[in-house]
Amino acid sequence: MTLETPAPIDRVSMGPSEASLGVRALRTVRSTPPIFLILLALLLAIYSQAPTYNFVSIFKNGAALAILAAGELFVIVSGEFDLSVGSLITVVVTMSATIANGDPSSTPMVFAVMIVLGVVVGVVNGFIVTRLHVPSFVATLGMMLILVGAVNYITGGTPLGNLPANFRMFGRDAINNFPVLGTLPNSIVVLFVTGLLLYWLLQRSNFGKRIYAVGGNSRAADLAGIDVAGTKTLAFVVSALSAVVAGILLGGYAGVSVNVGNGYEFQAISAAVIGGAALTGGRGTVAAAIAGGLTMQALFALLNVLGYPPELRDTVEGVIVIGAVAYGSYQLRNAK
Amino acid sequence: MTDLTSLQPKTRLVLIGRKILRAGSAPIFVVLGVIYLLASIVVSVANEGTLLSIDALESVLSRSVGLGIVAMGQTCVLIVGSIDLSVSYLISVSATYSSAIMNDDPNKMALGVVVVLAIGALVGLANGLVITKLRVNPFVATLGMSFILSGVLNASFQDYSGAVPDQFQYLAYGYFGPILVPFILLGGVVAAVWILLRYTTMGHHMYAVGGSEEVARLSGIKSHRVIIAAHVICALTAVVTGLYLAARIKSGAPWIGPDGNYSLESIAAVVLGGTALSGGRGGVWGTLAGVMILFVLDTSFNSLQVDEFLQNVARGVIIIGAVAVYTYRINKRRR
Amino acid sequence: MTQPATDGPLLLQMSGIGKSFFGVPVLSDVDFELRAGEVHAVLGENGAGKSTLMKILSGAYRPDAGTITLEGQPVTFRHPRDAQIKGISIIYQEFNLLPERTVAQNIFLGREPRRGPIVDRRAMDSATGRLLAQVDPSGTIAPDDLVAHLSVAQQQTVEIAKALSFDSRILVMDEPTASLSPHEVEALFGQVRVLQKKGMGIVYISHRLREIYEVADRVTVLRDGRKVATVGVTETNMSDLVRMMVGRDLEDYFPPHATSEELGEVMMAVRDGNVTRRLHDINFEVRAGEILGIGGLAGSGRSGLAEALFGVAPFDSGAIELGGERVHIRSPRQAVRRGVAFLTEDRKAEGLVLSLSIRNNMLLAMRSMGRLLDSRLPHPVSVRELAANVDLRATSIDQEVRFVSGGNQQKVVLAKWLATRSRVFIFDEPTRGIDVGAKAGIHDLMRSLARRGAAIVMISSELPELLGMSDRILVMRNGSIQGELPSGATEDDVMFMATGEKASVPA
Repeated sequence: MTLETPAPIDRVSMGPSEASLGVRALRTVRSTPPIFLILLALLLAIYSQAPTYNFVSIFKNGAALAILAAGELFVIVSGEFDLSVGSLITVVVTMSATIANGDPSSTPMVFAVMIVLGVVVGVVNGFIVTRLHVPSFVATLGMMLILVGAVNYITGGTPLGNLPANFRMFGRDAINNFPVLGTLPNSIVVLFVTGLLLYWLLQRSNFGKRIYAVGGNSRAADLAGIDVAGTKTLAFVVSALSAVVAGILLGGYAGVSVNVGNGYEFQAISAAVIGGAALTGGRGTVAAAIAGGLTMQALFALLNVLGYPPELRDTVEGVIVIGAVAYGSYQLRNAK
Repeated sequence: MTDLTSLQPKTRLVLIGRKILRAGSAPIFVVLGVIYLLASIVVSVANEGTLLSIDALESVLSRSVGLGIVAMGQTCVLIVGSIDLSVSYLISVSATYSSAIMNDDPNKMALGVVVVLAIGALVGLANGLVITKLRVNPFVATLGMSFILSGVLNASFQDYSGAVPDQFQYLAYGYFGPILVPFILLGGVVAAVWILLRYTTMGHHMYAVGGSEEVARLSGIKSHRVIIAAHVICALTAVVTGLYLAARIKSGAPWIGPDGNYSLESIAAVVLGGTALSGGRGGVWGTLAGVMILFVLDTSFNSLQVDEFLQNVARGVIIIGAVAVYTYRINKRRR
Repeated sequence: MTQPATDGPLLLQMSGIGKSFFGVPVLSDVDFELRAGEVHAVLGENGAGKSTLMKILSGAYRPDAGTITLEGQPVTFRHPRDAQIKGISIIYQEFNLLPERTVAQNIFLGREPRRGPIVDRRAMDSATGRLLAQVDPSGTIAPDDLVAHLSVAQQQTVEIAKALSFDSRILVMDEPTASLSPHEVEALFGQVRVLQKKGMGIVYISHRLREIYEVADRVTVLRDGRKVATVGVTETNMSDLVRMMVGRDLEDYFPPHATSEELGEVMMAVRDGNVTRRLHDINFEVRAGEILGIGGLAGSGRSGLAEALFGVAPFDSGAIELGGERVHIRSPRQAVRRGVAFLTEDRKAEGLVLSLSIRNNMLLAMRSMGRLLDSRLPHPVSVRELAANVDLRATSIDQEVRFVSGGNQQKVVLAKWLATRSRVFIFDEPTRGIDVGAKAGIHDLMRSLARRGAAIVMISSELPELLGMSDRILVMRNGSIQGELPSGATEDDVMFMATGEKASVPA
């Protein structure tokens, strides 16, 4: 009963998309989000101030934030916020330490538990937002209170136990004798692999295309047969899972404490936004969000190199977020 | 037919009753009553009839006063359809700067108060301008502001800063006749915001802008000014809360605002009180009831000696639940 | 029937009014006048220019040509507020009221009586009471009632009271009876007569002919952006008005209708479909190769039918059959998977994701059918071929869809459904907002789609389109199918079936 795709009625009048490779490459460069140039400029600035600066450390320490930003991006593109990721990082680090208590043989089991936990948190967030129609920032702020409260309750405020070496190696160790760089921190490998996976999910897979449609116009997405609630819920799951991965990395080099994830949710949103994601949904790319996360890390490094007190980090972050969103909404208004 | 004074007393009462029910604030008082009832039963059972210790009660009460004041400002902001997440840090700024300026010198009390009020007005103005003129999502704008304030605070103060003079502590511990001054303070703020919202043109325009910016614009209302005004008012209430907390603990510290979670809790109180997050409806009494609900919860938790951290879990659940119930009710009414 | 008060002084004179959007003229050389104490109806089909004319009068649009004179004084309006201050009030179909505020607060919004910064509530309530007493003599509305608690008719009364509060000389009412019960309509006419007696001029926009005879003194008929005539209602009859409204100077071009050999088997059928309070006893079939037109006035249930067929607001009872097989369509997702396509009236809000490229919009419905964790589509699709099929004109297939014209946007939506190989297409106002040149292109595409074996259900309020495109026409009224007309039907046939008015009704 299906109709065959009909034969062309007329010749295509789509000239420029048959453009040469060179023209297309130029167009790609011009459409590159400015975040990559900003990141480059920051790295150059650090280099000019401190030529011996360990640049690899920026990527090593920025990996967790970059992954988190890329995961948060899924939720942002779908038109929502996820403020529970920072607290989920705390849960991952502290609970892993409590469960594993230094036993290396437990690591695979701990990973499995944390992944299940991430899925549960994401599904619950998604359910509250899409089925109970609670605005996402309230829902996920509530989730944040719940997770932080739960961790504190379970650990009594001071987590016991420690993380075994085979858990910590992902965030802490490095591959030695790596060509050119000498050593390649494992976290950069994790960032690369996770980044590729998230890129494919958001920008190549049917799931990702649905997220863009839902965030761009949920009514049109619904009328095109897309399951809006399901798509949003899965976006929350991806965000939560990226927090689990970020938590595993942070567990490698940050201490086990109940504050370890504090503020990461806002940093992740900031990173995605300065990477060009629109908070109204429908726009943003994984590579730019990752670059956004690394840019924030580079900025903190630069402030450090320039001798500013670390406390001013927050102020700078605030100014950046407001500036990035203001710039974004200005651009969107003047696009026509 | 509508002039209430011309009616028989009985009809009048019925009419007024119906008005209150219709005004939509009734459910919150029912909820409040039920929670209070349950809480008092649980408390008395758990403590075998003994009441809370005075200390515990006092600490919970003082928290409620601080929260109540800033929640009044948050009410205005939510009514215009905006939100303010920067109040936590502004409370800290107010408490630390005022006590640092006063530095135990009674002659500098006025100076300290004036300076922090001015800072507050500026912060509110900045929030409002960023939201209306730069068209930054209010959530991000005020979150960004809270980062900015947090950085400034942490760079300026590491610990308790200065001290307020003893006279200033009258604000927290004094009595005016038989009444504790903090209650007068809270009452004053409540009354001021109530008058603003109910009787002034500015208040009327706040509801209009939150209800529909388009309708407000067509009626010649300058919506930007109204939104900015709401943010300034909110910031000023945060400053007052900060001053009150400084008076209470003698000295301001950079963590008192964020540790008290005032941003989220003030929003929770307002939402529990029936003010819609989408703006255009709600009011002072609902918010006050919301503050009291949180107070009753705190009291019950404390008297049951529920773990402090578990209380946070419960708060999270309650906030989500409250918003879910209200959105459900609004959706149902639309159908 | 009412007093012919058309000898009152001239309140308003609009002459030579012209307006174009993006080079497409929507009004040209329209004259309109209004006298004190007169109800002057404006009649015309959708797209005839009624609402544009009224938006010019209200200051929402500025005319490209022509002059507006108010009581002898030439005026220009920059903002709706200007017109309001000069005594012109408009009541739109969508009321401009705040549901969470009281009647008095709404009426005096933005100009509250005040003492200092304090609103003088008592003055406001009593002024409101006085206004309401004029239009609500039975006193069903109190100044401190919340608007949310009022019925639609009461809200309209509040809008009228608001117009009175401006001391308006001119009141424009846009389809005021669209959602009123017969009883409420009577009350509204009572209010109109009160205003009339006060010497107000009333512009009454409607396409319900009977109402015009009941309430209006004169009627101006617009068609294709031009004035056809202004006549006194006593000098004309309904069939004349219908003819003036729908008659055409230009013969539109439409592709030929389906021949009987081109009609295939029944593709979609609805048996006893019902949606509580919206649709009743819907029964019809549509065949492969056929374009089935659905006519009827706004609010007759046409769009509700489309939403039921596509699962947006599914039937409560009854059955849908696709290719002879009973199917459940409870959501758009199920409809899409069963090969049903829906091209909505409002493309920007419902048909397209404006932030996405042409390519991604074309593949939108395919993505909903593809496997979640897979970048492939359920069947291979050449976007380029789709673009060629719908004769899309765009600079690049990766261009954001918001930058292309309305006609091309509709082609993108159509391509989206060609990609899924849909067999039943529901078009809701397929050419609304599309300029004249592009309309023919869309019509050709629809016919060639039918020739290739698709069944098409087309909702249209443009009579020439309905008659020119449909192989068969169903006319709806009050949520049910009033009757069926063959392809040779005339515009009068459709109008009379849609309104239930007989041509022989005396004036």
